[in-house]
Amino acid sequence: MTPFFDAWWLPVIFAGLMGLSILLYVILDGYDLGVGMLTRLEKDENRDLMVASIGPFWDANETWLVLGIGLLLVAFPVAHGLILTQLYLPVVLMLVALILRGVSFEFRAKAPPEQKHRWDSAFFYGSLITALCQGYMLGAYVLGFDQSLASVLFCLLAALGLVAGYLFVGACWLIYKVEGELQKRAVRWAEVTLWLTALAMAIISIATPMLSERIFERWFRLPEIIALLPIPIAAATLFIGLAIFLRRPLRAKDELSWVPLATAGVLFALGFVGIAYSFYPYLIADRLDIWQAAASPESLMIILAGAVFVLPVILGYSILAHWIFRGKATHLSYD
Amino acid sequence: MDAFDPLILARIQFAANISFHILFPTITIALGWALLGFKLAYNRTGNDAWMDAYRLWVKIFALSFAMGVVSGITMSFQFGTNWPGYMERVGNVAGPLLAYEVLTAFFLEAVFLGIMLFGFRRVPNWVHTMATCLVAGGTTLSAFWIIALNSWMQTPAGFELRDGIVHATDWWAIIFNPSMPYRLMHMLLASALTVSFLIAGMSAWRWLKDGGGEGVRRTLKAAVYAAALLIPVQIFVGDMHGLNTLEHQPQKVAAMEANWETRSHVPLVLFAIPDEKARTNHLEIAVPSGASLILKHEAAGVVPGLNDYEGNHPPVGPLFWGFRIMVGIGMLMLLTSWAASWTIGRRGVDALPRWLARALVAMTFSGWLATLAGWYVTEIGRQPWLVTGVLKTADAVGPVGAGMVASSLALYLIVYVVLLAAYIAVLYRLAKLGKAAPEAKPMFPLPGGGEGPAEALEVKS
Ligand code: HDD
Ligand code: HEM
Ligand code: HEM
Repeated sequence: MTPFFDAWWLPVIFAGLMGLSILLYVILDGYDLGVGMLTRLEKDENRDLMVASIGPFWDANETWLVLGIGLLLVAFPVAHGLILTQLYLPVVLMLVALILRGVSFEFRAKAPPEQKHRWDSAFFYGSLITALCQGYMLGAYVLGFDQSLASVLFCLLAALGLVAGYLFVGACWLIYKVEGELQKRAVRWAEVTLWLTALAMAIISIATPMLSERIFERWFRLPEIIALLPIPIAAATLFIGLAIFLRRPLRAKDELSWVPLATAGVLFALGFVGIAYSFYPYLIADRLDIWQAAASPESLMIILAGAVFVLPVILGYSILAHWIFRGKATHLSYD
Repeated sequence: MDAFDPLILARIQFAANISFHILFPTITIALGWALLGFKLAYNRTGNDAWMDAYRLWVKIFALSFAMGVVSGITMSFQFGTNWPGYMERVGNVAGPLLAYEVLTAFFLEAVFLGIMLFGFRRVPNWVHTMATCLVAGGTTLSAFWIIALNSWMQTPAGFELRDGIVHATDWWAIIFNPSMPYRLMHMLLASALTVSFLIAGMSAWRWLKDGGGEGVRRTLKAAVYAAALLIPVQIFVGDMHGLNTLEHQPQKVAAMEANWETRSHVPLVLFAIPDEKARTNHLEIAVPSGASLILKHEAAGVVPGLNDYEGNHPPVGPLFWGFRIMVGIGMLMLLTSWAASWTIGRRGVDALPRWLARALVAMTFSGWLATLAGWYVTEIGRQPWLVTGVLKTADAVGPVGAGMVASSLALYLIVYVVLLAAYIAVLYRLAKLGKAAPEAKPMFPLPGGGEGPAEALEVKS
């Protein structure tokens, strides 16, 4: 197949698609993992309800990770190998944790009642370790797998930061999906984790340019810095606005319960744009750019042909599924 | 730790992960269609027994699916963590095939699965039936792509090498490479047989306990009939598959048959202890000219032997035994399913002799065993190549140290053993609750109620 446009664009398009998948993953599975961690704070019926609120979605949400990693694998095969061998340990831990988290949905409902609490623990720790590992990997990736003490500390910080972020989207999801006392408590969780998330984002935004000269160069240079200012300003405005909103979020008939979730999504997207800007056009900081890492244009064209057709359909399906299971969560049953 | 070769460890780790993974696709691929069958039977007859069966098996489907998804994600990371050379060298072919698997199949499954599992009351009946159909189609399609890739690794076609890197030239030839149609058929049938024996075995177990209900009797009968119909087809397809392998990977067939010399009148070895050092078999029991008859359809047919490929053929023992385990189970499947169908057909399910029902129970997981044995034959038979004639396994392994691979392998193995035990325990628990269990039992039991009282079944038509 011959490309009908300049093959120079192909790696750019695939980097964009990959970024989009990973962003969607972080937001969508982020709320799953956040809810998973929050289940520790509740018992029995409320815990079941929290799990039920993500039951129909988590599988499709996790698939965005498969797609993101899949695109890295198929479009940038060399980078896939380099990145994943560097991140070997956190990847393995994350995979095991994802396995535990995923199967606990099923087992906690189907195993004998006296074993249920064990699967509840597996669910909690699976979600927590997944979040920690992903944060750690994000940190290591941003710094180009540097192994110095400062970098490792930074990675640990990123791990905690992502946990805070996931707890925050998780709480926002619950505000949207449950009602009554549980919803009120979710508002409180969101208020606390909102500030933790803001703090984490601020520390990471300050630490990254200090640890990486290239990223410093990209941000603090005229005229770029003026064009970039809207990102931190928008983020700060949203954080403060949401904090004010959360003081009285539960309007009549619950009309605005979707607002925190939507705001959280936008905040994640802003953070993501920041990181993407720091990186472009590199896939591995200072070492490998997207053109060096890309598969052959013919193969990319073949994949693109499928992706252009399938991705919109998939997005449509996902919206459809969220619409079918709209409204407040109820206890799930197989009929 | 350096006593262990990272290459061997990485191979063991890959084998452990894919073996664990394949157990669940083997069930979901065919169980999706079985569920569609139950659902259609219910739509047509309105008989609640079919809906009972649907409700029980949809739970097992959901559980198997979850296990398949989480172990599958491990697979897609593994190419990068353990085999970076693989994507570097053959990524231009492997990439699009893997991408199409993800794109077309997984999303279909993942999105419609939610509707299939939890949407019965939320969407019109026809939408629910269609979701079931799409999920079944999705699992099958994903098998199609991954088998295409695996077959391409066995019998590569439609590509050219530029600077040692594979570039695709003909996608049709790549996808429908010489061994692909046989392998796909054989695998889909393997899945159908695995599920038939799973359903038959669990239903027979339940029937032996307390007779089960109408649903148990119906599924037992349906599963035994399906098995009896499919197994001859599988044996026929397996034979064709073997002939195809003889054409493209003769050294593999020679190892499967433990045949050392190229000659005519090659016997069919039933039992032997192959000895690679002495390059001969000990304690051989064989049918004269059997292998020549099967592979060349004449007693004087010349069959290639291992000595033609000395130093360049796969290990003999695992292939020889793996093949015998698979074919042996195939024969047992033929015996049990035909015997059971014959009695059930003539005198009904309740006339099934108890020993035969027990034999079915014993065969519950036989499909898993045969499938694993078959895959081991196929994959070990490709060694020392990763992609036949293009890339050696040893050239694809990553730089990760042995200690790291060994400890992650240990971690995986612990998790797999625990999960497998829990999975089988839950299967039996569900089968035991069976009909006695509340039909519309909430998936997440209500608080305080333990198992919860039965909700009245809301019949929809
Ligand atoms: C013959 C069938 C078959 C084989 C040989 C494989 N798979 Fe598989 N896989 C499936 C059939 C399947 C399936 C039936 O489509 C699954 C099981 C449950 C499911 O969700 O889809 C699946 C799930 C599954 C998932 C989870 C997708 C999701 O989120 O829905 C991934 C990432 C993979 N597989 C990847 C692989 C890789 C990289 C393999 C090879 C090395 C592989 N599978 C072998
Ligand atoms: C689903 C059933 C499968 C099973 C049970 C299976 C089993 C195995 C086993 C036992 C090995 C180790 C062989 C050895 O080292 O001696 C292996 C290796 C391998 N297989 Fe498979 N395999 C399966 C499917 C696949 C598929 C679908 C692919 C790729 C698309 C694949 C790609 C590989 C690779 C990359 C290796 C590692 C290199 C090697 O050790 O040969 N396998 N597999
Ligand atoms: C009884 C007669 C059978 C014959 C003659 C037969 C033949 C074969 C052959 C020759 C292969 C290896 C092909 C290659 O590596 O190139 C194979 C692989 C395999 N067999 Fe069988 N088989 C039989 C029964 C079964 C049964 C009953 C099952 C499962 C229920 C099964 C499942 C598999 C699987 C999963 C593979 C690996 C995938 C593949 O290469 O197709 N087979 N079989």
